Amino acid sequence: MAEKLLMKGNEVIAEAALRAGCKHYFGYPITPQTEVAHYLAKVMPKINGTFVQAESEVAAINMVYGAAAAGARVMTSSSSPGISLKQEGISYIAGAELPAVIVNIVRCGPGLGGILPAQCDYFQAVKGGGHGDYKNVVLAPSSVQELYELTVEAFNISDRYRILTMILGDGMLGQMMEAVEFKEKEDIYVDDKKWATTGTKMQRESNDVTSIYIEPEVLEKHNEKLQAKYKQIEQNEVRVETYNCENADIIVTAYGTVARIIKNVIKMAEKEGIKVGLIRPITLWPFPTAAFEQYAETPKAFLSVELSAGQMVEDVRLAVNGKRPVHFYGRMGGMVPSQIEVLNKIKEILNK
Amino acid sequence: MATVFKKPHALKDKSQHYCPGCTHGIVHRLIAEVINELDIEGITIGVSPVGCSYNNYEYFNCDMVQAAHGRAPAVATGIKRVHPDNFVFTYQGDGDLAAIGTAEIVHAAARGEKITTIFVNNAIYGMTSGQMAPTTLLNQVTTTSPYGRKPDIHGFPIKVCEMLATLEGAVYVERASVHDVKNIKNAKAAIKRAFEVQKANKGFSIVEVLSTCPTNWGLNPIDSLKWLEENMLPHYPLGIFKGKDLEV
Repeated sequence: MAEKLLMKGNEVIAEAALRAGCKHYFGYPITPQTEVAHYLAKVMPKINGTFVQAESEVAAINMVYGAAAAGARVMTSSSSPGISLKQEGISYIAGAELPAVIVNIVRCGPGLGGILPAQCDYFQAVKGGGHGDYKNVVLAPSSVQELYELTVEAFNISDRYRILTMILGDGMLGQMMEAVEFKEKEDIYVDDKKWATTGTKMQRESNDVTSIYIEPEVLEKHNEKLQAKYKQIEQNEVRVETYNCENADIIVTAYGTVARIIKNVIKMAEKEGIKVGLIRPITLWPFPTAAFEQYAETPKAFLSVELSAGQMVEDVRLAVNGKRPVHFYGRMGGMVPSQIEVLNKIKEILNK
Repeated sequence: MATVFKKPHALKDKSQHYCPGCTHGIVHRLIAEVINELDIEGITIGVSPVGCSYNNYEYFNCDMVQAAHGRAPAVATGIKRVHPDNFVFTYQGDGDLAAIGTAEIVHAAARGEKITTIFVNNAIYGMTSGQMAPTTLLNQVTTTSPYGRKPDIHGFPIKVCEMLATLEGAVYVERASVHDVKNIKNAKAAIKRAFEVQKANKGFSIVEVLSTCPTNWGLNPIDSLKWLEENMLPHYPLGIFKGKDLEV
């Protein structure tokens, strides 16, 4: 029978990585994600795995680059300021087409900011962050159960496409305890990784992992190959939850922690005779544009609720494409909107 | 006809892009000869730096990973932890290792990572056209110290071997040079010794190789070798700083 346990979000990420076959972790301490490291520091030595506390986030992501080049399933975790430091390595991982998983338990910024939950790093995660035309797959879990399932899935996606997959959570999700039900056996995508640097054993030509292409014709071709891969991911890997959207008066869109609040708002609004729908992107990239297109003309308006000054709302506007007004409501600095705040905003938009 | 001289197998049969008189080619050859003499080509994974030798993965016949500027020791750490039975080396210049990559080299050494670093020190940034390096000598003229390196403005050149030798995890530390035949032979012996230290699983090993950059020094190749001998040797003494009596 499948196990059901009460566990902290960050620990579930670590356990999920182990279940996905990740035996190599490199990280640097930062709040509020540090329990990921604590958990793996205990387990890795017992399973002949690697736990290295690096000298910096820069070093940690470059260790990930090396381990991924060597063909291993590998993970690092950090939080906003640390993720900024990792952007160099993230860009190189994209350029060299290496599979790796990176966890970002987002805290509020800018600068050192604070350690409370925020979604202020959506742009950084989804639109680039590092240099170059590249994409990371970005997964946004909204429960501890989903932290588990999506972390396992992140490794599979990474290996399938040779791409970096980011788990974008926040301090609330990482720190909360919830029931989680583990499968007895995970579905693991197995890739032979013939490109990896494992030593030629004098039996093949050398494998080189690189992101530099000095000839412009060659680099353009490399970029075109990356873009073709991103197109394929957009076609195959979109994940989204739509809830209560048929005949909705207004459709609210939110991801992660905020989407949980919206589900309660939907119940409150129902009592007042307002039908509120929810589109919850689970992949932030690829963005679930089709779900918005499907319901673009259903409600009177859309409302994006975020723990930011308004970031995902830009992608919502692109997806709705002017067919309905798209409003925004957000809190910043670690403040989380209450259900009543969101309901009042909905009433204001609907003139009720 | 008998072959009396050829490329070692660990070097690809490919012409290299280095400037005339540059000593990178010599250092590449020494590494390749050692790899073949120790019969480790099939298990070797090298890490290329950022700098003039950024693409030396095209020259070595073993598996190679190209790293971001200064990060080779971190990348090598990742590789070695995945493949502890393989042989892992980094090839880095003085800008790469002694400026932007200082944290990575110090901590790889402190952790005693079982990797080997070949550190090519020519006292200048070569690829970006002759800027001041952390290893640039006092009064040396570069494009970013056009009036010479002055201690009150630019500080002092870093002695990497002396610094790393203070770390317990660094078990073999030697400085060699390639400015004449005798020293080239010594440099090869140093590289071989450092590689054997890794094979014996002893800890971190590094060989600093004093090298020339005729193009950015503004000297012809012969005068460059002489400049190295007369100016670099007094500041960067050759020899084993750590691990002289290490059994491998």
